[in-house]
Amino acid sequence: MSTRTLPLLFINLGGEMLYILDQRLRAQNIPADKAKKVMNDIITTMFNKKFLEELFKPQELYSKKALRTVFDRLAHASIMRLNQASMDKLYDLMTMAFKYQVLLCPRPKDILLVSFNHMDAIRDFVKDTPSILGQVEETNKQLIEIYSLLSGGEFQLIRQTLLIFFQDMHIRVSIFLKDKVQNSNGRFVLPTSGPVPYGTQTPGLVRIYSCSGEELRKTLFRDNGNYCAALREGSFEMYGDRVIKLGTNMYSVSRPVETHMSGTSKNSLQHTKDKQANAELAKIMGEFGEEVEPSPSSSSKGDDLLAMMDGL
Amino acid sequence: MAKMYHKEKSIQIKSSASALYNNLSVLRIAPRCLTYFTAVHANVVNMVSASWDGLNYSHRQLQAKEGNVATSSSLIMQAAWCVLPPRDLLVLTSQKGIQMYESDGSIMVYWHALDTPETPTAKAVFARGIAAVREKYICVGVSSGSVLVFDIPCKGSNITLSEVLEEHKEAITDMASECSGSSECIADLVSADDSGLLCVWKAGEDFQLLNKIPGFDTSCSSVKLWKGTVIAGYGTGQIRLYEAVTAILHAEVNAHARWIYSVDIAPFTGLLLSAAEDSWVRVWHLSLTPETNSVEVMPFTHILYMSIESWGLQNILFIKTHCNNQK
Repeated sequence: MSTRTLPLLFINLGGEMLYILDQRLRAQNIPADKAKKVMNDIITTMFNKKFLEELFKPQELYSKKALRTVFDRLAHASIMRLNQASMDKLYDLMTMAFKYQVLLCPRPKDILLVSFNHMDAIRDFVKDTPSILGQVEETNKQLIEIYSLLSGGEFQLIRQTLLIFFQDMHIRVSIFLKDKVQNSNGRFVLPTSGPVPYGTQTPGLVRIYSCSGEELRKTLFRDNGNYCAALREGSFEMYGDRVIKLGTNMYSVSRPVETHMSGTSKNSLQHTKDKQANAELAKIMGEFGEEVEPSPSSSSKGDDLLAMMDGL
Repeated sequence: MAKMYHKEKSIQIKSSASALYNNLSVLRIAPRCLTYFTAVHANVVNMVSASWDGLNYSHRQLQAKEGNVATSSSLIMQAAWCVLPPRDLLVLTSQKGIQMYESDGSIMVYWHALDTPETPTAKAVFARGIAAVREKYICVGVSSGSVLVFDIPCKGSNITLSEVLEEHKEAITDMASECSGSSECIADLVSADDSGLLCVWKAGEDFQLLNKIPGFDTSCSSVKLWKGTVIAGYGTGQIRLYEAVTAILHAEVNAHARWIYSVDIAPFTGLLLSAAEDSWVRVWHLSLTPETNSVEVMPFTHILYMSIESWGLQNILFIKTHCNNQK
């Protein structure tokens, strides 16, 4: 439908992927310089000029399969290696997180603010590396240029395109289940309370006008929700307070992520036979969530495991 | 006022409804004690025919026609029945064009291809907004803002494009024809677009623009025309009632906390239903007093559908209010 959806899909999914990888690298105490290298390599690839040029051309969304291939390649743009199962889990987490953000966006235009939240975080990841930072900022400028002028209706079309892409995906994510933003059937919860979107009035008022345009009467009704007035509008500039929290890092340090080691963990460490430099990265392993199903130890030698167990 | 509705048996359709405006269409076939329902799922239309005794259901799926250029599959934007005195047609609008079927979905009688560019343009191309007007017209909106007027013969497939109305500059979102059954109403059709602009038309050999109601850049996603009153649902969650011919604003309701996806009216009782992304379905009672030219809007009931991704709101066959109140 909307031919302007792909860049937003890619950037937001990429952003979620980086949040997850960053969290895993920290959780496993990977030395800072190695972790940074992994993140930098992936971000460099993600913001490759030629690739983004292609991406920003007006076009229909890639098929689900094609998009998955893009992210398979992106996840392997550094020395970190993921096996099939880990990549599957990573992709599931990324897509469900962005689906959640799209659904919960107060108004369609706020998808741009969500994208800016991701971009702000990515800029922060590479703030010490000017060359990559430059690429990221260039892309940010492009986003502002292309999307700031779109109307609410056009953003709604983008949103509908994204929702149709994510339609029928109901993978349960433990962090969402825990926060009760997702039900056990995989559906997300839409709150009936909280601030209304910017530009919307809280429900509850009927105004009747006379033929000459003066207000004849007002009637209040109880809308049975618990809405309050809108917050101020987030910034669409390069830097600024986005106000919306969707798209910020939900795996950040302040938030304890449950790791649970089951008895004989079959998905345990596999050391590579590669150079010493890779040895620590080879140990990346982690487990999210309460229920841990030990995965069959099908990983071949030399493969690192980024095992992310989720309540599937 | 006593409750005038009750929840009937739920009907399962083959797949989930896509996040599209006005994504539920209903056709009651009294002589056969059947009701047809459709909901769009990506590139197919799910159709179910339900017997009134609740015992028989049959399902059918219609596909989007791909058109000549072999590109990615076309998504369907809307499916709706057009009820004309001689015949009912099922109309599908997609990214590639407009398909018209016999009312049971069995035979496609007409295909109109949109001008789709070879390489995609920044502005998407699609058809959206469907209305049957007077005895012989079906009007369909396009993303460019054009409204296509098709001349429909009593039977057969000799359907022709008789006129293109160019008044809107933004993509058409929805269209509606006068549904009160009264032949006294001057306005026959209202069209709405992404900027919130409403155009009011009189049907005929040449359609005539009666009035334009500006939208102040708030998309109008769903519109109905009843007893000469335009009922419009907006992206801000507001419902507004205008007198069609004069564009006078009668009423404004801060109805929903999110984008409205659909409004519908039961023509004999004046019960108005609105459904929005805030997962509420709200029913309002409208009363129009022609003598004083006044309108009253009273909230009637509010129902929360906790099933999320409840574009299934459109699935919720609350349109049964519409059906049950045909008396």
